[in-house]
Amino acid sequence: MMAFLKLLARNRLALAGLIVIGMVVVLALITPLLPLADPDVTDTPNRFKPPFSEGAILGTDHLGRDLLSRLMWGTRLSLAMGLAAAIIAATIGSAIGIIAGYYGGRTDNIIMRGVDMLMAFPYILLALAIVAALGPGLMNALIAVAAVNVPFFARNIRGITVGIAHKEFVDAARLAGMRDREIIVAEVLPNVLPVIVIAMSTTVGWMILETAGLSFLGLGSQPPQADLGSMLGEARSALITNPHTSIVPGAMILIIVMAINLLGDGVRDALDPRLKSGALSRPMPATTVDRQGAVPAAKTESLLDIAGLRTEFRVRDRLYKAVSGVDLHVEKGECLGIIGESGSGKSVTALSVMGLVASPPGVITGGAVHFDGKEIIGAPYEVLRSLRGRRVAYIFQDPLATLHPLYKVGDQLIEAIQSHDSVSSADARSRAIGLLKSVRIPNAESRIESYPYEMSGGMRQRVGIAMALANNPDVIIADEPTTALDVTVQAQILSVLSDLRRERGLAIIFITHDFGVVGQLCDRVAVMYAGQIVEEGPTAAVLRNPQHPYTSRLIDCVPTLGGGQRKLSAIPGLPPVVDNLPVGCAFAERCDKAHADCRAGPVELVKTEEARKTRCLFPEVVSERSA
Amino acid sequence: MTGYILKRLVSAIPVLLGISVIVFLIMAMIPGDPATAILGSYATPENVEKLNRDLGLDQGLVPRYFIWLGNMLQGDFGRSFALNRPVLDEVLDRFGATLILAGTSFVLCSVLGIAAGVISAARQYGFADKAITFVVLLGISIPSFFLGMMMILIFAVQLRWFPVSGMWPIYGDRNLWVLMDHLAMPAFALAVVATGVIARLARSAMLEVLRQDFIRTARAKGVHERRVIWRHALRAAMVSIIPILGIQAGFVLSGAVYIEMVFQWPGVGRMLVDAILKRDILLVQGGVVFIAACYVLFNIMVDVAQALLDPRIKT
Amino acid sequence: MTEAIKLTGLSKSFPVGKRLFGPPKAMVHAVEPLDLTVKIGETLGIVGESGCGKSTLAKMLVGLLPPTTGQIEIEGAVLDNADPAIFGKRIQYVFQDPISSLNPRKTIRQIMEVPLRRLHNLDKTARAARIREIFAAVNLREEFLDRYPHEFSGGQAQRIGIARALAAEARILILDEPVSALDVSVQAQVLNLLADLKKEFGLTYLFISHDLAVVEAVSDRVAVLYFGAIVEVGAARDIFANPRHPYTALLAQSAPEVGRPIAAPETAETELPDPMSPPLGCAFNERCAFASDRCRREKPALAADGSGRDFACFNPLAASQEDG
Repeated sequence: MMAFLKLLARNRLALAGLIVIGMVVVLALITPLLPLADPDVTDTPNRFKPPFSEGAILGTDHLGRDLLSRLMWGTRLSLAMGLAAAIIAATIGSAIGIIAGYYGGRTDNIIMRGVDMLMAFPYILLALAIVAALGPGLMNALIAVAAVNVPFFARNIRGITVGIAHKEFVDAARLAGMRDREIIVAEVLPNVLPVIVIAMSTTVGWMILETAGLSFLGLGSQPPQADLGSMLGEARSALITNPHTSIVPGAMILIIVMAINLLGDGVRDALDPRLKSGALSRPMPATTVDRQGAVPAAKTESLLDIAGLRTEFRVRDRLYKAVSGVDLHVEKGECLGIIGESGSGKSVTALSVMGLVASPPGVITGGAVHFDGKEIIGAPYEVLRSLRGRRVAYIFQDPLATLHPLYKVGDQLIEAIQSHDSVSSADARSRAIGLLKSVRIPNAESRIESYPYEMSGGMRQRVGIAMALANNPDVIIADEPTTALDVTVQAQILSVLSDLRRERGLAIIFITHDFGVVGQLCDRVAVMYAGQIVEEGPTAAVLRNPQHPYTSRLIDCVPTLGGGQRKLSAIPGLPPVVDNLPVGCAFAERCDKAHADCRAGPVELVKTEEARKTRCLFPEVVSERSA
Repeated sequence: MTGYILKRLVSAIPVLLGISVIVFLIMAMIPGDPATAILGSYATPENVEKLNRDLGLDQGLVPRYFIWLGNMLQGDFGRSFALNRPVLDEVLDRFGATLILAGTSFVLCSVLGIAAGVISAARQYGFADKAITFVVLLGISIPSFFLGMMMILIFAVQLRWFPVSGMWPIYGDRNLWVLMDHLAMPAFALAVVATGVIARLARSAMLEVLRQDFIRTARAKGVHERRVIWRHALRAAMVSIIPILGIQAGFVLSGAVYIEMVFQWPGVGRMLVDAILKRDILLVQGGVVFIAACYVLFNIMVDVAQALLDPRIKT
Repeated sequence: MTEAIKLTGLSKSFPVGKRLFGPPKAMVHAVEPLDLTVKIGETLGIVGESGCGKSTLAKMLVGLLPPTTGQIEIEGAVLDNADPAIFGKRIQYVFQDPISSLNPRKTIRQIMEVPLRRLHNLDKTARAARIREIFAAVNLREEFLDRYPHEFSGGQAQRIGIARALAAEARILILDEPVSALDVSVQAQVLNLLADLKKEFGLTYLFISHDLAVVEAVSDRVAVLYFGAIVEVGAARDIFANPRHPYTALLAQSAPEVGRPIAAPETAETELPDPMSPPLGCAFNERCAFASDRCRREKPALAADGSGRDFACFNPLAASQEDG
């Protein structure tokens, strides 16, 4: 609760809304106590007195009634009506929505058909029909507005409930012996409640407008009693001659509703967990670069050289050092594997190369990437764009999420070609078919017309590979391209990649967490832990004879087929969180060989053998492991 | 595609029946003797007896419903006693005016709302975003009837740019320019709220889409950012924007009631409010069913547009 | 009684194209009728690729999904969905996604108390004592009890999920991909914990996974599932080393392994069959190098070969010599 208020207070607009609406509510509450003129006493000789007149600060209306007094009483009534309508609609609507969403099946079907029927009316027609039947009047208008809004709540809450009812914790509660009714109250409701509060806070303003609207039409509050809407309605005939009688109540509605909307937005932002992490911001076309210190020179003459790369995520007041000082290089035609667990920074390293790290919150804070001799971190957008896909291409993990769901795969391939090459559509199309054939997609000519959802995961990933090949790139960066696939499909995809690499002389950076895949595909491997490379060298040597304790123990953790039933060796503890890294070796906490020196200060990545480097003060003794 | 349209049309039949049932049930809530209520001050014993016979008001609810439904299917929506003419004639006479007003507003709010939302999302936290967000907030907070009144005061009375009210001048030609002149203010006033709502939802839909993996793929291909926003992202965002357009069309139709009152626009909305105040029940009933039916058909068009956009729907 | 779980003719079909009234347009058979037994104290591994029906099978075993046909016996008693309170004490479930299996708005203590209160009617002090015991058994600190699920890493959350299953004091646990959402270094911790708990409490496991090496490392016996049917069952130590069913062999060859050159084990570019129009005969025939006409006509039944191995194939691979 405190956290919620803090979040709310951080939003200055919401705070302003809260203050304004708070003042209005307080004034409305104490209205009966204030020394105001009677709002309903007519005094025709004193009609249409302008504002700031003697005895009537806001003037008088067409019957000579004091506008200030009528405004205060009207505000009181309008607020009460809007709030009552919102509470009634939210309670009934949410109850219907939760029941439909939780039970599903036929219950859901029948309830939701009814709700759809109600939503098939433009809302005011329903309200008008209800008022027509019950007759104009305050209570009837309230009933009408509440009834009309019930379906909106029901549909909204049902959607949320369906999502929650299928969560595994609901199944777990059922297995723990809870009955449906208890699950609804104890498991589902607490998760739906924030959504109900959000829906209410964003609709109260709307309800006030609607009730005021009915009164404006003469269908709500009846004279002499007035809410803001009927004040405006009565003043309409004198709009041109005495505009102040219209402006006063109209401006009040505007102020109230605006304040409520500001507050409602604040409440929504504070309660929506996605916004807490700052996730709902738009990633920029290229990662922000904010380099401190000198730009390092390339360390090698390689095709792609990464030197001292640092990438951080800045989320609110936290700083996650996802990549802290990575040096890597890839030669023409070479396959480099980057291996690590989640959070080790392997993907961020790869995405930083072409500025594809989501930004905000990602920022490249140091280092350089030289491609073909030219530095590309912080290069102008157009330079980066012309390299992307043309010389450095990417293959991503989940092929369903990474292809555009609404375009045919052929069109997506053609677009990739035409982004860099101004060829006719017919040429691009025949090239696209050729690409599909090169990744061994059967019936490429007809498959080009398929949408991604019509293909299996393996076929989609082939399309992903074909797209990466579209412009004959020099380097392909593959970010866990087979992780989401089944083993038999993974084997097919790896064989396609391996053949293409040989045929075309491609350089590949292959990111994975699987030693088996690295062992089969890569020439060289870099092992990452907590944003740094801890070991690097030829794949066979590293896997057979790991020098960093992390590499060696990680290999032991992974069961291999053919080992039989056994106890696995595990690494105790957890990888460090990258917003709070130790000064010394990041692995020291989990290492059984850790020494005081390991924790004292940063450990450098040093050359241990020809072509091998290790970031460890006490590397594993060189001894052939039984393979 | 034709198959899908036919399927949607067929599925509209139960919805239309449901609508008629709901309206019928609401009207059945009228307290007291229905014939007397319908006839109001015209309730002579002969009139009451004739109406009871025509509408089966002396029978149970179910037969009454089917008599009413049968009459409507034959184009007989009943007779307005206050206006002394058939309900359908009156509704059809006024429907054109409402269609022009609401249609113009709908086009206006769709185009402006989506454009504002996309620009706002593309320039998130920039000046354009903040400016649009503020205007949008103002737009959804102002009652359309108050906005209309203020526009009359400023643009018609003070600046004399537009006529104060009505659809046509009392004297003079009736051509497109004259109509546009009269239409400008009400159409704009009516569009403001819906524009705001659409802009907000378009913005959040765009932000949602821009974080998706396929946007990163498009960028990794080297697709130009303008194309990423206006083709890749907007197309995907339209999937969630189009249903909103359908709902907003209902809000535009609803708002038309207020705007027609403020601008003396001779549409169905004003007719309904007058009818309620005069207790002209059959006119209300007929008008509501007619407009609701039109809205259902409109929503089928929205669904078809959605299916054209999203190939995954056509099943 | 030596059987912890006994399944006879168990199957599950899902309707496709539901209508408001009347029968659905088609049925998809997620699990074909199958018979299977798990002995008390055994770990039975179930492997298969996505869409093979392994999760559907698991959900039926604990009563979260009603079976279409067949019968489930848990420790000799027929599973009866009417009273989860009785069966919750016999069989429990550990979920794949550890975070989403914990209600984000409850503290760990509140989550842990539910089975103790609902299934065992313990009072407050007894519950606190029991939770302390269980947390000690799964190596979790007691201070975690008053935190919320989002404060935990995947590995810790999975320990909590296991702790909750233990709280029910069930003797049989269904482990549905319990480590596939975890990183390898944490995966080994959880697998070892499961092995320790099994020894300590004499548990029976049904361990479902897509990872052959993990299944082999933890299981006594392994059943291979393909397209909703069991194609082979045998002892974990030799089923992948000496597969008899061609699909088992394909799986074993596909698992990436250091030092083995990359070669697509299948030459044809094949995909899983379409569940809406399942192939006639053996479901694997389109991908199988040994398929004969008979395979395309008839469905082979699961049968024992006398050496403790069951498989469903007309043209099995040869049993190797040292196969015991």
